[in-house]
Amino acid sequence: MIDVRVRLTQFDSPMARLILARLLQAVAVLLIMSFAVYGLIGLMPGDPIDLMISADPGLTPADAARLKALYGLDQPLFQRWLHWLLSVASGDLGYSRLYAKPVSEVLGPAFFNTLMLLGSSFLLSMFVALPLGIWAAMRPNSPRDYLINLTAFAGISIPPFWLALMLIAVFAVLLGWLPAGGVGIGSDNGLGAVRYFVLPVATLTFASLGAHTRFMRGAMLEVLGEDYIRTARAKGVGPFRVVVYHALRNAMIPVVTILALEFGTLFSGALVTETVFAWPGMGRLIFDSIMGNDFNLALVALMLATAMTLVGSLLADLIYTWLDPRIRYE
Amino acid sequence: MIVPTKAGKSIAMGVRRNRPAAIAALILVALAVACFAAPLISHLFGIDGGTVNLLARLEAPSFQHPLGTDELGRDLLIRLLEGGRVSLLTGAAGSCAAAFIGIILGIVSGYAGGRTDAALMRVTDGVIALPLLPLLIVLAAVDMTKVGLPEQFTTSESASLYRIILIIALFGWTTVARLVRAGALAVREREFVLAARALGSGPLRIMFRHVLPNVISPVIVATTLTAGNVILLESVLSFLGLGVQPPLASWGNMLSNAQELMWSAPALAMYPGTLIFLTVLAFNFLGDGLQQALDPRRRRIL
Repeated sequence: MIDVRVRLTQFDSPMARLILARLLQAVAVLLIMSFAVYGLIGLMPGDPIDLMISADPGLTPADAARLKALYGLDQPLFQRWLHWLLSVASGDLGYSRLYAKPVSEVLGPAFFNTLMLLGSSFLLSMFVALPLGIWAAMRPNSPRDYLINLTAFAGISIPPFWLALMLIAVFAVLLGWLPAGGVGIGSDNGLGAVRYFVLPVATLTFASLGAHTRFMRGAMLEVLGEDYIRTARAKGVGPFRVVVYHALRNAMIPVVTILALEFGTLFSGALVTETVFAWPGMGRLIFDSIMGNDFNLALVALMLATAMTLVGSLLADLIYTWLDPRIRYE
Repeated sequence: MIVPTKAGKSIAMGVRRNRPAAIAALILVALAVACFAAPLISHLFGIDGGTVNLLARLEAPSFQHPLGTDELGRDLLIRLLEGGRVSLLTGAAGSCAAAFIGIILGIVSGYAGGRTDAALMRVTDGVIALPLLPLLIVLAAVDMTKVGLPEQFTTSESASLYRIILIIALFGWTTVARLVRAGALAVREREFVLAARALGSGPLRIMFRHVLPNVISPVIVATTLTAGNVILLESVLSFLGLGVQPPLASWGNMLSNAQELMWSAPALAMYPGTLIFLTVLAFNFLGDGLQQALDPRRRRIL
C-alpha cells in the first residue's frame, strides 16, 4: 500500500512493551484520534443545519437556531464529542445520512466486500511473491534477480488508480472481456461473480506484489548470509534443501510479521482501488462518507480503521516474539 | 554507521557503481531540469500552458503542439512539464519537511533519553498506527476558511500545494524519527560525545554538530524513498480531487480529468501516469542504490 512512512524499523522495536501498556496506548490513540477527527469534520465544507435549511426553504433563522439546539450543535466541541463517545460506547452508532440506514447495518456488508477483495488479492500476492523473492535471493545480482527486482519496484511505484484505469481501458473497454466495475456478489451465479473480482484483484495484487517480493528477498538474503547456512553448504547440502529446510523458517519470521501488519490496513487499504472500480467496500465507504458529510458513518469507520491498525501492530509484535524466542519483551 | 569525512564523494562513488541507481539519478535530474525549464520552453516556443483554446481541443500531435492538446485545448507537453514541477516539488518539499521534523524529534528523543524519549516514542507509535489515506482525505477536505485563514491565502492558486506538503509532512516524519533516535541512542555513548561535553559544548551543539552527522546516512535513504511515496500519495489525493487544485496542474489532477475522457482521448491518461510511474520508480531505485552505497551490510528496506 502507499504510505509515506517507509517501513524500516518494524523489527527492532524497543523491547520493553507490555501488552497491557500497548492496549492502554491503543485506547489513548483512539480517543485522541476520535476527538481530532470529530473536530476536523466540523471544519469541512457543508453544515448539517445548512443542509436542512436548503432542503426546506420555509425555515426561518429562529427555526435554524432551534434545530441547532435540538441537535446539540450549540454546545462546545468537547461536550458534543463526549456525548457522541458515550452513545457509541453504549452501542448506538447513529444513523447514516448517506445510506439512510443505521451505521451498524451499513458497515457489515462493506466489511465483507473488502475482506473478499483484499483476502483474495493478498493470497494471490503471497503465492507469487514468496517464491519469486526466494528465487531472487538464491542468486543475488544475477539477471533473474535484476528482473525480479525490476518487477517488484514496478509494483511498488505504479499508481494503483492508474493501473486500474489502464486495466479497465484494455480489458473492459477494448476487449470487453470483463466488467469495468461493481460487485457481482449475490446478484449473479458463482462464476459470474468471479468476473467482477478479476480486475480489482489484479490491481491490488500487483500493487502489493512488489513489497512482498522485496521483503521475502531481503529476509532470505539476510538468512542466507548466516554462519549456519555456510555450515550446511559445507556439509554438502544442496541449494534447494538449504533454502527449504535450513533458511526458510528463519526468513519467514519478518515476512509473517508483515502479514499481521497488513491485517491492520484491512479497512482502508483498498480505498483507491474500490473507488475506481465502484466496489462497495470499507475504503469507498470511508471516502464517500467523508465527502458526503455523513459524519456518523465517517467517524465510526475511521475509528474502526484505526483500531484495526492498532490490533495489527500488536499482533505483529506478538507473532514476532512467538516465532523468535530470542526476543523478549521485558 | 559513520560517514567518512568526504561523505558526498563516497556516496557518489557508491551510486555510480550501481548502474540502475545511476540511471535513476540521471532520469530524475533530466525530468527536474525539463520541468523547471517549462516557463523557458513555453516562452521560446511561444505557447502558454494556461491558454485555453476550445476550438483546438484534443488535437493530435503537431509541430505546434508536440504531444497534442488537452480537453481545453492547452498544450499537453507544457501542461505535463508544469504538472511535473508541482509533483516533483511536492515530493521534494514533502519528504524534506518530514525528514526535518523527524530529525528534530528523533535526535531530541535519542539524545535526551529517559522520559522525553518515552513520551516522544509513544507519540510516534500513535502516529504510525493512524490509517494514513482516510486521515489525509479528512485533512485535505477541511475548509480552510473555517480554520480562520485569511481569504487571500485560501483562494490563492498554490494554497492547495502548500496544504498537501504540510499534511504529508505531518504524518511522514515517523520513519526518520525512529531511525535518528536509534542512531542517536548508540552515538551518545561514544567517546567523542563525552569529549565534546568535557570541552563544554552545550546539548544543542552536541546534538547537531556531533551526533547528527553520524546518523544522517539512513535518513538520506529514507528521505529518497519517501519522496517517491509522496509523489504517489499526491497523485492519489489529486486524483480523488483533494490534492492540488486546478488550474494548477499536477500529474495527479491531470489524470483525474483524463479519467472521464479515457475512451475519446486515452493519451491524456497515458502520459501523466507514465511520468508518475517513471519518477517514483527512479526514486525507489535511487533509494535502493543509496542504501547499498551507504550501508552495504543492511540491504533490507521497505
